[in-house]
Amino acid sequence: MTDLAAPDTPLAIRGVIKRYGKLTALNGIDLTLEAGRFTALLGPNGAGKSTLFQLLSGLFVPDAGEIRVCGCALNEAPSRALAQLGIVFQQPTLDLDLTVEANLRFHARLHGMGRRTTTRIDAELDRVGLQAQRNTPCRALSGGNRRRVELARALLHEPSLLLMDEPTVGLDPASRELLVSYVHELCSDRDLAVLWATHLVDEAERAHHVVVLDQGEILTEGRPDSLVASSNAASLEGAFLNLTATTKEQTKA
Amino acid sequence: MTLSHALQALTAVTNREVVKFVHQTGRLISALVRPTLWLLVFAAGFQNVFGVSIIPPYETYIRYEVYIVPGLIGMVLLFNGMQSSLAMVYDREMGIMRLLLTAPLPRWYLLLCKLLAGTLLSVLQAYAFLGVAVLFRVDIPWSGWFTVFPALILGGMMLGAAGLLLSVYVKQLENFAGTMNFVIFPMFFLSSALYPLWKLQESGAEIVYQVARFNPFTHVVELVRFALYGQFNGMSCAVVVGTLILFFALAAWGYDPQRGLVRQIKQAG
Repeated sequence: MTDLAAPDTPLAIRGVIKRYGKLTALNGIDLTLEAGRFTALLGPNGAGKSTLFQLLSGLFVPDAGEIRVCGCALNEAPSRALAQLGIVFQQPTLDLDLTVEANLRFHARLHGMGRRTTTRIDAELDRVGLQAQRNTPCRALSGGNRRRVELARALLHEPSLLLMDEPTVGLDPASRELLVSYVHELCSDRDLAVLWATHLVDEAERAHHVVVLDQGEILTEGRPDSLVASSNAASLEGAFLNLTATTKEQTKA
Repeated sequence: MTLSHALQALTAVTNREVVKFVHQTGRLISALVRPTLWLLVFAAGFQNVFGVSIIPPYETYIRYEVYIVPGLIGMVLLFNGMQSSLAMVYDREMGIMRLLLTAPLPRWYLLLCKLLAGTLLSVLQAYAFLGVAVLFRVDIPWSGWFTVFPALILGGMMLGAAGLLLSVYVKQLENFAGTMNFVIFPMFFLSSALYPLWKLQESGAEIVYQVARFNPFTHVVELVRFALYGQFNGMSCAVVVGTLILFFALAAWGYDPQRGLVRQIKQAG
């Protein structure tokens, strides 16, 4: 049994429920993430992925349940919990009028990074290959490069947990592949826990762990190959379609 | 929250506001042109209509343009307060608000940073207008430049807090212009910015007079008016501080994740 309060557990969610009026967006979510593991949160549109991310980033408050980031309860010690989080939102969140460096500095100051800011900005810009664009206004960057800046920004304060909410939306296939590969590298290099929300099965295929979410509930979770085997499908896509189709049929009935 | 972290966050928010303001030269120009037009056109046209008798803090008869300068400073603070809230709505639509609200700091403090950054811009613009007024030979005591500073801070913060509160409930950028008109114009005209309140009472507009008396903007104008002449208006100060606390508390409450902003983010996203 996972100790929810253990500081080495990047994310522990227990019994989380979120309702909007009569609609139950999330119904009793239990999830634990491990360090160094890439977890794909796979679900069709409207499954509740974005709602879960809003709860994890403290923008929403659950109606019931508990969320702990590195042992800190999000409702009791939000600042300590948020300090451990790096977030890339589905919606772009760069200030397009500011340069790449100004965007990163803004984030660094909000996280109270102090003197290590310049060193960390250098390191992250080197890593994402945007050192040359340091003084470029973000408005002048391509969609792929803007995402890389957002990723560099999310990692600037060296979080333990990286949340990525459908980060490849709007990217071309090459940029998408680069981003996925890069985050996999980060996972192993930094022992970073990653929660990657997506509705694209090919992005989940390479994950260490896949969580299938539909209609506000976790249908199943496990390694991609074990999910395929347990569903008697030929591929993860087949398994995903079988699982979500079953849920739809049950809802109709 | 450590002091160092708090100061860094304040620097981040202030720096961003200042950089954006510097890039928007039109904003500075319009902030100065608007009250300057009022000063030149309105004051010239109504010089003989609105005779101003000796009322505190003035110790002698004054020209009408001298009377309306505090009101126009209030106008600068009011417009910038509303502009700050427009920036909040813009940030929300652009997603930048999410970044701010997921910073590891108490939400009320992040809002306070926004408020202080907006107030800094308000005060700078108010001083710029004061300079314009002096250029047009409006008689303002030099000591007033110093004594008015706290009044500008308080007035700027109160009107900025009103803008913050407004930004909780205005969901979309397109709705903002209309909403601003419903706030700015009644607040400005139903105040002592353009005419002394006794004029309203004397003319028999008792309801308008009572509304203007309780309008917090009237008290910003009077606080500034008295401060420009090195005097302290205790009643106006109490109303401005009280309203500031009330508006800021309501805005912080509105930005609570369980309340106003939740609905807005859901709708925007």
